Order: sequence, then C-alpha cells, then structure tokens
Amino acid sequence: MSETTPSPTGQPAAPGAAAPSAPTAPTAREERQEVLLSVRGVRKIYPSAAGPVEAVRDLTFDVRRGELACIVGPSGAGKTTLLKIIAGLLEPTSGQVILEGEPVSGPPRTMAVVFQEYGRSLFPWLTVRGNVELPLKNARVPAAERARRIDEALEAVGLAHAHRRYPWQLSGGMQQRVAIARAVAYEPHILLMDEPFAAVDAQTRADLEDLVRDIWHRLGVTVLFVTHDIDESVYLGERVIILSSSPTVVQEDVHIDLPDERSQLETRSTKQFADLRHHIYEQIQLAKAGIVPAQIAAGVTQKEV
Amino acid sequence: MRALRSVFYVVALPAALVALWWLLTLGSDSFWVPRPGELVSTFREVWIGPRFMDDVVPSLTRLAVGLVLAIALGILGGLAIGSSRVLRRLSEPVLEFFRAIPPPVLVPILMVLVGVNDTMKVLVIVSGAVWPVLLNTIEGVRGIDEVLSDTAKSYGIHGTSRITMLTLPAASPNFMTGIRQALSIGLILMVISEMFASSSGLGFTIVQFQRSFAVTEMWSGIVLLGLIGVLLAGIYSFVERRVLRWYHGLKEVEQSE
Repeated sequence: MSETTPSPTGQPAAPGAAAPSAPTAPTAREERQEVLLSVRGVRKIYPSAAGPVEAVRDLTFDVRRGELACIVGPSGAGKTTLLKIIAGLLEPTSGQVILEGEPVSGPPRTMAVVFQEYGRSLFPWLTVRGNVELPLKNARVPAAERARRIDEALEAVGLAHAHRRYPWQLSGGMQQRVAIARAVAYEPHILLMDEPFAAVDAQTRADLEDLVRDIWHRLGVTVLFVTHDIDESVYLGERVIILSSSPTVVQEDVHIDLPDERSQLETRSTKQFADLRHHIYEQIQLAKAGIVPAQIAAGVTQKEV
Repeated sequence: MRALRSVFYVVALPAALVALWWLLTLGSDSFWVPRPGELVSTFREVWIGPRFMDDVVPSLTRLAVGLVLAIALGILGGLAIGSSRVLRRLSEPVLEFFRAIPPPVLVPILMVLVGVNDTMKVLVIVSGAVWPVLLNTIEGVRGIDEVLSDTAKSYGIHGTSRITMLTLPAASPNFMTGIRQALSIGLILMVISEMFASSSGLGFTIVQFQRSFAVTEMWSGIVLLGLIGVLLAGIYSFVERRVLRWYHGLKEVEQSE
C-alpha cells in the first residue's frame, strides 16, 4: 500500500484497502488482526409525538485492537446516538455491539468515554485528582496502585501540577485533559471520544489532537473518535468511517494512509492530506444530499471478511 | 485590618439598636418594656442557674433530635422519590397536601395519639421541618446533569456507590437550602410544641412568665430564643462553607464569565 499512492478521490476505498496487512507500522501491531469492537446491524428508532424517528438505520463495522478510528458524519447523523449505544448507555432497537467477544448490555468495564461537554462531565465537587480517582475507587483499586495510576495519567496529559485544583478553576482545554486523564487512568481497552474538542478553541484543539495521538501511541489503547470535523478525522485517524445523513448507514470506510508520525504543520500541508480531506468532504456532501454509494445501499458493507 | 472590619460589620447594627433602645427607654419605667441593663440582669437571673438544665437543655435536645430526624428523613425520602419517576408522580399530590398542613394544628392530634411527652414534641418539630429538606432534595436529585449521570454510568458507578459518589454531592446545594429553612421552622415548632400541656422547656417557661405578668422575664426568654437562632445560623454557615465550598467557587466562576 505504501508504494501505491492512495486515490481517495473517485471510488470508495476498495474492500481490503484497510486490511490489517497494511504495513503502516508493522511492529507491535500484529495482534491487530483481532477484532476488538464489532457493531452489527445497529438500528435505533426513537418514539416521538410525531411518530417514530429512525436515528440510525443499519450500522455495521469493526474496530480492530489497537486501531485509531474516526467516525465522521454530517450533523444530525446520529453520531452521539451511535456512541451511546456502543458505550452501553442506550439500547439499540435492533442489532448488537460486541466488545471483545461479549455483547454489550451495559457500560463495559474495559471501556472509557470522554464526552464533548467537559464542563458537565467532571464532578465539580471533586478536585482534579479526585475526579481521576473516582472510577478507580469505585472499582476498588488498592490505594497505592490508584496513586500510581493517577500520577501517571495526570503526567501524560500535562496536568501533574494542577491535581489539587478544582475543574472549574481550569480552562476548557485543561478540563478536557482532566477528562482524558480520568479515562486513561481507568486503563480501558477502548477509549470512546464523542466530539471531545468541539467546544475548545483552535489552538487548544490542535494540542489536544496531538495529545490523543501521543496517548494512543504510548498506551496502545484502541480509540474510537467521533467528530464532525473532517480535517480532524483525517489528521487523527488511521481510518475514517463516514456516516450518512439520518437515517444513518456507513457511507464509506476510508483508510488513512498518512505516515504514522504526524505534525500539525507538516501533515496538514501535504498533498495526501488535502486529497483525503477532499474525498471525505465530497462524501459528506453526497451524504447530506442523501446519496449513498450503491453497494452500501444494497447491503454490501466494507467490513473485511 | 480585614478581621477588624468583619467584626465591625457583625457588631455595628446590634450595637446601634441596643443604643437606640437604651436612649428611648432612658428615664422610662414602663411596665411592658424593660431597660437594657434591667433585661441583662434579669436574663442572668432567669437563665443562668437551674433553669438552664431544667428548661433550656431539654428544649434544645428535642430541637436537635427533631432536626436530625427531619434532615435524615428528608434526605432519604428525597433520594428515593427523586430517583424514581414513578414514586415522584405518585407522591406529588400527597406531598402538596401534607406540606400545606400547618404543623401546630397537629399538636392536639399528636397529644391524643402519642401522649404528652418528648416524642410528641419531637414529632411536631419533624412534621414541619422535614418538608423543605424533602422537597429540595427531590428537586436536586431530579436535576442531576445528564452528562454527569452518563459519565458515572459509563464508569460503572451504580447502586449505593452512585448515591454516595454522585447523587448526594450533586444534590447537596439543594438539600442544604432545605436544611436552612428547616432550622428556623424547627425553632418555631420547638416553642409551639411546648406551649400546650407541657411542664418544662423554653416555650412553656415563656408562656408561664406571660401569664404571671413577669414581663422582663418573658422578654429575656424571647432574647434567648433569638440567640439560639443566631447560634443555629452560625453552625449552619460553618458547615455549609465546608460542604459547599466547591459550589460557591463554581458559582463565582460562572458569574464572572
């Protein structure tokens, strides 16, 4: 794959384009064959006064262990609904989510979620340290182990100095770092992020994106990152799953063939980046117009078999 | 300097009021309104001595027991009702009904049912003081932020951990407001419960003074009640500053934005 330039414009990524054999980083990523998270025919219909609303029609995709996958879609595509279903916070109307071979029926122990509304997802009566500690206390992690994990997590997000402060004393970007540290200290196998940087300024956002890549590299955790920002999805992901407009199906599954080392300055100005961005933008426009690639509409999804 | 200033703010108005009272009663020998000096010496005679143990301590004990029960019942009930939509919808009309009943009218009923004893007086205090705690706790539990709740769920915080780690602290600003209201209601009901068929207590003693035209003594009882109120408010704000430090900080930040 690396010698052939990707041609993202034009046909959707062929089945196999995102095959686990893709030699982006051959070492330590061999266990990637293994499917960690499997979303199978998930459908969600909300009852409403005006009749049932179909938020998600039929979503099927897999995320492999160690992968950093982004989900991008037009606003109102049911991204948050999907994420809540994966997180076990919402029951799908039909279909199922399988995490490490087990069907998800409630919030799984091996998953951590970072929400967009950092101001509302941190416990305001606890300090930064208390916030990171709470899930560990609840899981009855011994005190010494707890302290070590908290220190490491706060160090990893660059907040070691602020652990005694309260979340509301911190800027938005720092608050989201606390939420990330809390997720990291929980030592999940998969980290779900729901538009985590939608509410912070552009500068902070770039820093936080690099933080996510850094944590993913260092910890080898699987990351599923939901965003509405196309640039962000291309910059962060190894793979971008494009959702259609509501009722939602997978519009396309794009392999991001950018080098593993990414930098805000260099990566974003490469031709490859621009091409991928262009392609995804185009697909989103099509999605908004209600045009779904024929083979998906026919029920052929791009999961590897 | 700052300490001096805050002492000034606490003392200034009471001092001015006492000075005014002193001026207005200067040279008067009204039977109904005592002079400040007179009242102070009566206060000492009446309340510092055996009467403190015989009347003040029993009253305050009943008040304390009543308030603790009311707060505990209010918070526990509020947690249960606030967490369950079914319970909330079932109990709403009933709560409005009971809340509307003025507790003093319960005194004769409780006297018949429970007898003339400490239990009756404590029950009167509970029957009035429980409502603000209960209703505010229900409100607080119901108003827990959805994202915060999802966060707790996603980290597997449920059952009793959810109550101690999420529900109680999240509802604490609400039930603290309820407790503040409960304190003054409790004090009023403490006095009222002792005014009927009682043989000891502050309310009983003050009524006795009234009936025997011991006017200065009666005034001294009223002053004592006021002082108890001030003491309760002081204890409350001491506790509140600690329990809700985060909340005041948060509000301050939100307002400055």
